[in-house]
Amino acid sequence: MNAISATSFLASKKLTLSDPDWVRYALIVATLAVIGLFLLLPLLTVLIEAFAKGWDAYSASLSHPDALAAMRLTLLVAVVTVPLTTVFGVSAAWAIARFDFRGKSLLITLIDLPFSVSPVIAGLIYVLIFGAQGWLGSWASEHDIKILFAVPGIILATLFVTFPFVARELIPLMQEIGHEEEEAALSLGASGWQTFFKITLPNVKWGLLNGVLLCNARAMGEFGAVSVVSGHIRGLTNTLPLHIEVSYNEYDFVGSFAGASILAALAVVTLVFKTVLEWKQKQEAAKQAVEVH
Amino acid sequence: MAAISIKSTRHNGLTATVLPTFRQYKKITDMAQSNIMPGFRPAISFTLVYLALIVLIPLSAMLMKTFQLSLDEYWAILTNARVQASFRISFGAALIAAFVAGVFGFIIAWSLVRYNFPGKRLFDALIDLPFALPTAVAGIVLATIYEPRGWIGKLVMDSTGIQIAYKPLGITFALIFIGLPFVVRTIEPVLQEFDTAMEEAAASLGATRLQTFIKVILPNILPATITGVALAFARGVGEYGSVIFIAGNMPYISEIVPLLIITKLEQYDYAGATAIGLTMLLLSFLLLLLINGLQWWVRRRSGQL
Repeated sequence: MNAISATSFLASKKLTLSDPDWVRYALIVATLAVIGLFLLLPLLTVLIEAFAKGWDAYSASLSHPDALAAMRLTLLVAVVTVPLTTVFGVSAAWAIARFDFRGKSLLITLIDLPFSVSPVIAGLIYVLIFGAQGWLGSWASEHDIKILFAVPGIILATLFVTFPFVARELIPLMQEIGHEEEEAALSLGASGWQTFFKITLPNVKWGLLNGVLLCNARAMGEFGAVSVVSGHIRGLTNTLPLHIEVSYNEYDFVGSFAGASILAALAVVTLVFKTVLEWKQKQEAAKQAVEVH
Repeated sequence: MAAISIKSTRHNGLTATVLPTFRQYKKITDMAQSNIMPGFRPAISFTLVYLALIVLIPLSAMLMKTFQLSLDEYWAILTNARVQASFRISFGAALIAAFVAGVFGFIIAWSLVRYNFPGKRLFDALIDLPFALPTAVAGIVLATIYEPRGWIGKLVMDSTGIQIAYKPLGITFALIFIGLPFVVRTIEPVLQEFDTAMEEAAASLGATRLQTFIKVILPNILPATITGVALAFARGVGEYGSVIFIAGNMPYISEIVPLLIITKLEQYDYAGATAIGLTMLLLSFLLLLLINGLQWWVRRRSGQL
């Protein structure tokens, strides 16, 4: 059968190639219903509940000293953890995507490990180390170093849960790009750092940003792990998610949802950036494909 | 696929021409490691040290703590009725939620890939919301919507008499929310790359649309769907923040394993918390292995290996 008769044959059979209209409509309606009820409605509910008693109650909740302290702590945790996780992700990706060594797949599995560990366990392990009966518990209390129920513990637990975020984004990307360009730069006399900053980094920048963004969202929003190690000391060790929990349990719904609205806004900004970054990545890949061919 | 292609370019001309002896092979791999790319030693050193400090040493602390227990003590903790009930609730709710998310996720992925409708891009971006929204926010919002006085909770309560929040059903609802993006994002790329020529072939040979779907499309999408369901299940078992607000947290009825661990910690029962935690960790490892196996199977089926 030649191409033209095949096309006309398929055109005559068009109905069997696409789904029947009623299936199409039913599935689209189901999709919109599930996304609307499960995803859009919760987002709107945050706003409605936060402003349930008006703007004044909302702004008063957010400018309460406890809320401000929680926001400051959340920012501090993100400022410390995101760069560390990023440096780790870049160095892990460099080692894994640019070199061959034994145990590489084991290393990749271990990097993924924190994804499959319950956040509560991520907190528990630090309690076991730094708690009163823990390995370093007595050493820490002798030297008057507060880790558990203090900011360092919160940072450690957040480092654990955000551990794979940047590495997971970079490793497949750098493997896909390959290292011909970097080798060319090196053989032309560029130093290792020059190659990294002028070749590698521009090539992976959108993927890297995406990883950093998701890492930041998780660092600011982590609840379970932080809840175990924080001790819930008001104004001192309550991050914004913990502040939301405490307010909610005290029936201060406006206060709770006002805090939640900040984190929900962060989530929306993250999603918008993520969509834009993925679009940029696709565009760049398409441009490169055109240049190659 | 990518890793293999890198290897083949790296050994280009060396492995292709002669079949190397072991000594030659070792020379080749040494060359691969001492290729002109710099910075292997500092990069791998930092990676391993950081991995050990943040992940491996803390996790081994849990192992050590559990080894301080005798086997009988460990067994007594695990066979405690309240502990067993919490495992049943966590794993049961996560399993049901993963299946529901699997069905919903399949429908959503199908609609987003195959159909055009207004606002499609917005809805597609919204799928990732449960990834980006902090679990505590998800928790209080879901509890507010599904509680007996909430928007949907009241509707369902009035029309069917079923209460969602503060019951095991509420846990399942929260876990569907959490699991949905795992399923959609696993199916979407497979569905996008699916070769429609196979559908055309089936149709031109006289298959009805339903036959084409069941015999041609479904077998190709099923592995990805199962992987997505497994990922949603693994996440659901350990989920804490989005669940505790809607669960009601009644021992034996709606108490999940992560909450029981926290309760034990608050009572300074470190041994109990650790034994339960380690058991959960081992079960997650098994799941992780299973998921890796599934993903390997998916890649092999789709001819990428």
